[in-house]
Amino acid sequence: MARRYDASTTTFSPEGRLHQVEYAIEAINNAGTCVGILASDGIIMACEKRVTSGLLAPAKTSEKTYKLCQHAACTVAGLTADANILIDQARLRAGRYEYQYQENIPVEQLVEHVCNYKQAYTQYGGLRPFGVAFLFAGYDPHHGFQLYQSDPSGNYSGWKATVIGANNQAGKSLLKTDYGAKPDEEDGDVAEEMKTDEGGEDEKKKDVEGEIRLPNTPGALRLAVKVLNKTNDGTAVAADKMELFVLSLDEKGECVHKILGKEEAQNVIDEVEAESASAGDA
Amino acid sequence: MDSVFGVEYDGGVVLAADQSNARSILVYQTNLDKIKELSSHSAMGVAGPNADVVNFTEYIAKNLKLYELSNDGMKLSTHAQANFARGELATALRRGPYQVNILLGGYDDSTKKGSLYFLDYLASCQKVKYGSQGYASSFCLSIMDKECRDGMSEADAIAIVEKCITEIHTRFLISQKNFMIKVIDKDGVRVNKFGADPAET
Repeated sequence: MARRYDASTTTFSPEGRLHQVEYAIEAINNAGTCVGILASDGIIMACEKRVTSGLLAPAKTSEKTYKLCQHAACTVAGLTADANILIDQARLRAGRYEYQYQENIPVEQLVEHVCNYKQAYTQYGGLRPFGVAFLFAGYDPHHGFQLYQSDPSGNYSGWKATVIGANNQAGKSLLKTDYGAKPDEEDGDVAEEMKTDEGGEDEKKKDVEGEIRLPNTPGALRLAVKVLNKTNDGTAVAADKMELFVLSLDEKGECVHKILGKEEAQNVIDEVEAESASAGDA
Repeated sequence: MDSVFGVEYDGGVVLAADQSNARSILVYQTNLDKIKELSSHSAMGVAGPNADVVNFTEYIAKNLKLYELSNDGMKLSTHAQANFARGELATALRRGPYQVNILLGGYDDSTKKGSLYFLDYLASCQKVKYGSQGYASSFCLSIMDKECRDGMSEADAIAIVEKCITEIHTRFLISQKNFMIKVIDKDGVRVNKFGADPAET
């Protein structure tokens, strides 16, 4: 049935679907997983690195995480070549906004710009859509820390926690149960109530007060690794096969982008293993 | 020949401008409002040919409105508004310049402070505590230099503005009988006083 209506992006099927866009989304479901988690004091994005050959020279700073501007970054799932074009677009847009207003672009506006660019390829020109899904992480004074997900259709939404790429459904179901489940007592302060008014799922609350509790960044890192392990068919992911990224504010209130070094990543992995081992004993 | 000036105080900005509209030997009107509202909490006092004044002000004001509509009600800070306006002046400068000299004042809820920006027809943009455009500068700047200080109240700022107006009335060759004074603070832009009602034909 789809055969006659799936060759061109600019054609609806009789059921009202755009098959090319859907196929593009399928392409991403085979790509390396990315997890994004909103914390009270920052945002975590954890990615599975798919190294296809030991002979490959090391990529740039990262093959999955890209800095868009001082206060925003993104991770990619899908066709890297397609992603490069869109990342350029995002960087240009952020820069132009800053030139025009002498201020940082609000994160959602940046995301929307990239998405509008993607949408054009689902409506005009007879060109195929971009085979990329993004997780955008950013900070602005209007809405604080924000996490967005976008797909080839040009649709985007704000999330507290989400997964894209291979086995994302398994990852998402784990997040549903574990995100905001309990405060991270061992790391000190209890997380604060959600600041942003973005859409996205309302997680199930397991607290007495009935409010959603964001983890802090260490807790979110552990949860992200846990999710990556699950999406990797239950096998624990090694430190060199994953990339852990944190966006947070320093003491001066400036945004800091950090990709964890091998040792720091290993520490998080060890903590997660210890947690699951002790949980297994209980 | 327009007189436009302004003073920042603790919690807002006062803008003042004369109300005469004249060319050569003819006075067209004496109740023109040269302080144009840009958004709920910002306005600009504009000096220059009436065509450019109106055209530029409306262009900026409507673009600011479009931003709000496109971005779920998010407002631009005074700093962003001023730099946006300056960018437009800069782009037009080497094509068909807007011959406008501006004092842009606004209040920002995020800082709970007012801010005043001096923009001129060559696309300069400078944050100032007080300023003036046109011939008025020769009469007002020295008064403001002497009287303006940090942490003034609205009444203090208005008093300084009134002093400037008195000076212009006394010493300026051109008769500018009517002045419009507007205040911008947490409650928005409001008229403090005018010499002649702009609404009356």
